[in-house]
Amino acid sequence: MTTQYDLAVIGAGPGGYVAAIRAAQLGQKVCVVEKQHLGGVCLNWGCIPTKALLKTSEIFSDIKRAGDFGLSIKEAGFDMKKVVKRSRDVAEQLSSGIKHLLKKNKVTVVEGHGSFINNTTVEVTNNNKKETISFKNALIATGARPRALPGLPFDGEKVLSSKEAMIQEQLPKKLLIIGSGAIGIEFASFYNAMGSDVTVVEMQKNILPVEDAEISALAQKAFEKKGIKVLTETTAENFKVSKNGVETTIKGPKKPSQETFDKVIVAIGVAPNTEDLGLDKTKIKLEKNGQVAVNELCQTAEANIYAIGDVISPPWLAHKASHEGIMVADHIAGKKTHPVKIENIPGCTYSNPQIASIGLTEAQTKEKGLAVKVGRFPFQGNGKAIAMGKPDGLVKLIFDAKTGELHGAHLIGADVTELIHSLVIAKKLETTEEDLMETVFPHPTLSEMIHEATLDAFDRVIHF
Amino acid sequence: MTIEILMPALSPTMTEGNLLKWHKKEGDSVAAGDMLAEIETDKATMEVEAVDDGTLAKIFIAEGTENVQVNSVIAVLAEESESVEEAAAYSPSESGKAETKESSIEEASVEDKTKPVENKPSKPIETKESSSSQVGNNDRIIASPLAKRIAAQENVDLKAVQGTGPKGRIIKDDVLEAESTGVKNNKPAAIEYGESGFTDVSVGSMRKVIAKRLSESKQTVPHFYLSVDVEIDALMQMRKELNNAIEPEKVTVNDFVLKACAQALVEVPESNASWMGDTIRLYQNADISVAVALDDGLITPIVRAANLKSLRAISSEVKELVKKAKSGSLKPEEFQGGSFSLSNLGMYGINQFQAIVNPPQGCILAVGAGIQKPVAKNGEMKIATVMNCTLSVDHRVIDGKVGALLLSAIKRNLENPVLMLA
Repeated sequence: MTTQYDLAVIGAGPGGYVAAIRAAQLGQKVCVVEKQHLGGVCLNWGCIPTKALLKTSEIFSDIKRAGDFGLSIKEAGFDMKKVVKRSRDVAEQLSSGIKHLLKKNKVTVVEGHGSFINNTTVEVTNNNKKETISFKNALIATGARPRALPGLPFDGEKVLSSKEAMIQEQLPKKLLIIGSGAIGIEFASFYNAMGSDVTVVEMQKNILPVEDAEISALAQKAFEKKGIKVLTETTAENFKVSKNGVETTIKGPKKPSQETFDKVIVAIGVAPNTEDLGLDKTKIKLEKNGQVAVNELCQTAEANIYAIGDVISPPWLAHKASHEGIMVADHIAGKKTHPVKIENIPGCTYSNPQIASIGLTEAQTKEKGLAVKVGRFPFQGNGKAIAMGKPDGLVKLIFDAKTGELHGAHLIGADVTELIHSLVIAKKLETTEEDLMETVFPHPTLSEMIHEATLDAFDRVIHF
Repeated sequence: MTIEILMPALSPTMTEGNLLKWHKKEGDSVAAGDMLAEIETDKATMEVEAVDDGTLAKIFIAEGTENVQVNSVIAVLAEESESVEEAAAYSPSESGKAETKESSIEEASVEDKTKPVENKPSKPIETKESSSSQVGNNDRIIASPLAKRIAAQENVDLKAVQGTGPKGRIIKDDVLEAESTGVKNNKPAAIEYGESGFTDVSVGSMRKVIAKRLSESKQTVPHFYLSVDVEIDALMQMRKELNNAIEPEKVTVNDFVLKACAQALVEVPESNASWMGDTIRLYQNADISVAVALDDGLITPIVRAANLKSLRAISSEVKELVKKAKSGSLKPEEFQGGSFSLSNLGMYGINQFQAIVNPPQGCILAVGAGIQKPVAKNGEMKIATVMNCTLSVDHRVIDGKVGALLLSAIKRNLENPVLMLA
């Protein structure tokens, strides 16, 4: 049986399902091929369930210092099984929400594994049942999966990918986390708060290597204060996995040490999901690193087949994939559309403290030879932060010295992931420092720090 | 019921115009057919007449407002049954056409705000935002703050920048792109040894159209020029006799030139043509646009099918058109179109000049003054009245040979004016 669609989307993650809904809104006949879960990694094994876990650890940490707020709580405890169950329930609830959204928009969901037969046909296999779909346009939104460390394959028991790391029903006593990107740091923050002995190793000079170095250094200090061992310019090698745990040699600036951990979480990045897609039956080309090669409108070498999200390029972020999906759907429908500018994509890490940023780091502005003015405002100077009992953090804004363009915004501290969006809008709308200075921010809020940091960049700060 | 008075469209392509003058004040009673206001477009001035009886309750667009969107509400009339106050309280944004009105209404209110208000601190003048002056005139430019600032710093004229942001908003990239392709302000660099005084005169819509169309022509139309001296003694003689005969009517030399051109265009039909991009349009008749100088610009009313009209008919038609042009009352169809243009600066003593092709027309004839000159004839020096005619030609549609055939046919007609009586 062959069904004809205007658009066939392979993968129902935040890129694919959003593109499908947008295309359907524009009057296209759309199907989504998904072999596992609607919502993809983001919703089922990434963004959302980890936020549920981190909410648990945040409340737990707050309860433990309830006395600071005049509260008396006898003893705080937890049940990991229930913690994990809540996280899974949240993911489940949202996944069924996607099902509803797709249905509402008359997008057909085809369960199974999709593979191209040629540049106008996809074959979907589901338990030996085969179905073919012919399409005018197709969209590859298959995402990526955790990359294993050479010599240390994931086993789901002792060597965990992010997926297993979020369903541990027993708290690991001694935990090694390899890689200090957003994923590694969020797990470090969660397990540390819940009581694990956490070590993070990072090959590069700074943790959260994509962030501004000043913010990374503040983050490292904050994590160390909470008891996380943070080892930068360090690698873990020579693994021996046994039922007692994982033995490894930690090699860093100091002399190598031999250590054993109950579990290891490997969070060194992701690998694009391009296998078994039948790409060899098309003219689609891959980059050297295995990502699908596309132009700035996300078109592959087959003009009617597009690819978006983690399968084409970093940053590996759900919101980047969603926006690319909308761009593709608009482009297919002949609407005016714009490529997503990478410097306008914010990034968030939901650890304690949180980190959020957009645009260029101070180091990147130097590399580009830009003359900049940097404004900083610490949480200590903000009334709301003090009242909340969260006085640690910084808002750092980087402006062009000549034009006042906001080149970058880098935030660390409580709730900054909910603070960054106003800077995202500011940057997208191309506001200058003048607009931010003239904007009335509500008092008392953390957002006042955006105002103050802007003033500080131009030597006009009021409250510090 | 409150009756809306909308900004009229004087031609199908008109999108905005200037409100020159109100002939009625708020509170005046109005009868259907009364002249309410005068509207100026790029080409003409037109009256807005009342269609209903009533009282002019409120004027939304003040006299002298430029670039008022077509179909925006410029005023409201109160019907006889209605109180003026009630109608005056009418807000144009209530109606369904709000979208088209928005900008003009906004502009009008902005204008009001520029009037000083007592007890209000005046605006600081030393603001470093030169960008605000860049867009301070009545043309509202939609651009991001950053784009405005970079445009001001780099002296890029935002009016010439194509916006690619949402709803055509000009963003930073557009300004940088424009800068790299050289859309700069024509402002001269500051003179370091002390500036002499100057006045910036605001540019009317006619001037804008002239600037736009002629820049476009000179930049995109590949011009070439053919020049010829025409002896017009015979023509002058015939004109004298004709004028004596038809007194008090008077046929001008230019009328003869117009007729000569019209006949020549029919004779050399390939020259009566326009470049249309993918095709060449050949005209059946010679519709001749005559350049008429006005105090604040020029306009080219058209003598349609001049090849079919007598000299006398052409003459009186030109006079009528010039009169209308000078009073700004030409109708759009009287100046839009045409297959050929004629420009004469002979009355100013200019002996020769080259005109700019008036697209999409294929050519334009520039006519100089008739001047007595010595000419050699059969080995003898004689005095003749010589008039230079220079043809500017769009090479995309007319090649040298065709242009030369046309110009020599014009010359032949003018030197043998009897041919024009045929």
